[in-house]
Amino acid sequence: MIEFSAVTKRYPGGHEALKSVSLSVADGELLFITGHSGAGKSTLLKLLPVIERVTSGSVVVNGQNVSSMRAAAIPYLRRNIGQIFQDQKLLYDRSVFDNVMLPLAVTGVHPKDAAKRARAALDKVGLLSREKANPITLSGGEQQRLAIARAIVNRPAIIIADEPTSNLDTDYAGEIIDLFIAFHQVGVTVMIATHDEDAVRRAAGKTTTRNVQLKAGELIL
Amino acid sequence: MTAWLRLHWMAFGSTLAKLASTPFATVLNVLVIGVALALPAGAYSLLFNLQNAARNVSSDPEFSVFLALEVQKSEIAELERRLKDLAGIAKVEFRSRESALAEFRKHPSMGDVLAALDRNPLPDAFVVRLADNNGDVLDRMAEQVRGWAHVEHVQVDSAWVRRVAAAVGVGRVAVLLLAGLLSFALLAVTFNTIRLQILTQREEIEVAKLLGATNGTIKRPFYYYGALLGLLGGGAALGIVFGAFWVLNRSVAEFAQLYASDFRLDRLPPADLASILAFAAALGLAGAWLSVSRHLQSFEPR
Repeated sequence: MIEFSAVTKRYPGGHEALKSVSLSVADGELLFITGHSGAGKSTLLKLLPVIERVTSGSVVVNGQNVSSMRAAAIPYLRRNIGQIFQDQKLLYDRSVFDNVMLPLAVTGVHPKDAAKRARAALDKVGLLSREKANPITLSGGEQQRLAIARAIVNRPAIIIADEPTSNLDTDYAGEIIDLFIAFHQVGVTVMIATHDEDAVRRAAGKTTTRNVQLKAGELIL
Repeated sequence: MTAWLRLHWMAFGSTLAKLASTPFATVLNVLVIGVALALPAGAYSLLFNLQNAARNVSSDPEFSVFLALEVQKSEIAELERRLKDLAGIAKVEFRSRESALAEFRKHPSMGDVLAALDRNPLPDAFVVRLADNNGDVLDRMAEQVRGWAHVEHVQVDSAWVRRVAAAVGVGRVAVLLLAGLLSFALLAVTFNTIRLQILTQREEIEVAKLLGATNGTIKRPFYYYGALLGLLGGGAALGIVFGAFWVLNRSVAEFAQLYASDFRLDRLPPADLASILAFAAALGLAGAWLSVSRHLQSFEPR
């Protein structure tokens, strides 16, 4: 259960990215947040792993008010949220495999277990055969799938994805959406910020989804 | 708990890998630190040896009485009686000029010098030992004997020893000052090295933070790096000092032989060596801590 209550986010300089947004997301839901760029989609997602903090209002994840969480507790929250970033944030100085190992390495998982889980995640997104490659040699779609593998390797209960299909052609975008549907079907809460209408339609045709729209920082249900 | 230990172990491993992956830079850094620390460490070792040598000499509260060259046998006997009558005397030993000459002849380099002289230049002498090791009594007595007839020169070894002790005290302060100053060099080297590392790993650190790495996990490899760099630098410093002593000892041995001494420069005791290494590692750690707290706070992922 994720509960946004009257959330307002004002950035330094006065720009108001979110204006009193209230939204609750049930466990296992597949939620699309649509809207133009600059509507506040990214900001909304960033509040969950406390990359940004609310200016007023509250964000509660599984009964925990993350908007007032102390800094030392944030890393543990983030381990339970799979994040797919708009700019992917892959590390190009190491292999595909090591990119997926990173979330496990920073939490001190035994290297043997970690390797097993990393390979399982790579297998899930169909990149197992490319584990030794450098991410720079992957296609755009493959890079996005690698980002997804890294996000799910900790087996999070929540996945948030910021524009996961932007810059991908329709086939690749379809594959990515199918992956999110698969996670949704095993009970993971998935929140996707996108302006890709095709992706939203494709998901709606295969499973139960919910759409919300943001417009200039305000929620349109 | 095991995860925490594993994180430490992994941080240590990645630190070693980091040191090994840039061997040239690592060696240069270690040498800079080593040279900076070798100065105070070497000076301290010299003081340690000087103090040891002084302690060996000072163990006997005695003074030597050198007589005039033209002194008669009867006068020598008279002097010996007077010396033995002094209060608090443990032993009076007579060393004739003939025995002193014989002793000198044993030294190969001295033989030629003595052969060139037409008469024995050495005086008769008494070595007077006191019962108690009291510097003031020794000085007073030596002063008294100095005034006697037929006495050419009175030498109190303990005066020299006390002068050395005072000099060692001054030297120790100087070494501390030097160590304090050069510690800044070590601090600066680790600070700067780690600053560069943080800048080059900026992306990795940001991603790791986003993926749930604690600040401790991110900082830990840098702490290990600083401490290890300091430790290696300390090791290099000791290596430089050992090397210098090894070279010096060859000439010191020749020099000491002229004084019929087997004096040589000794290494510091293990406890002192361990303290130097620990001090270097602690400085490296401090440099890392300064650098990390200065540079890592500045970026939070967005």
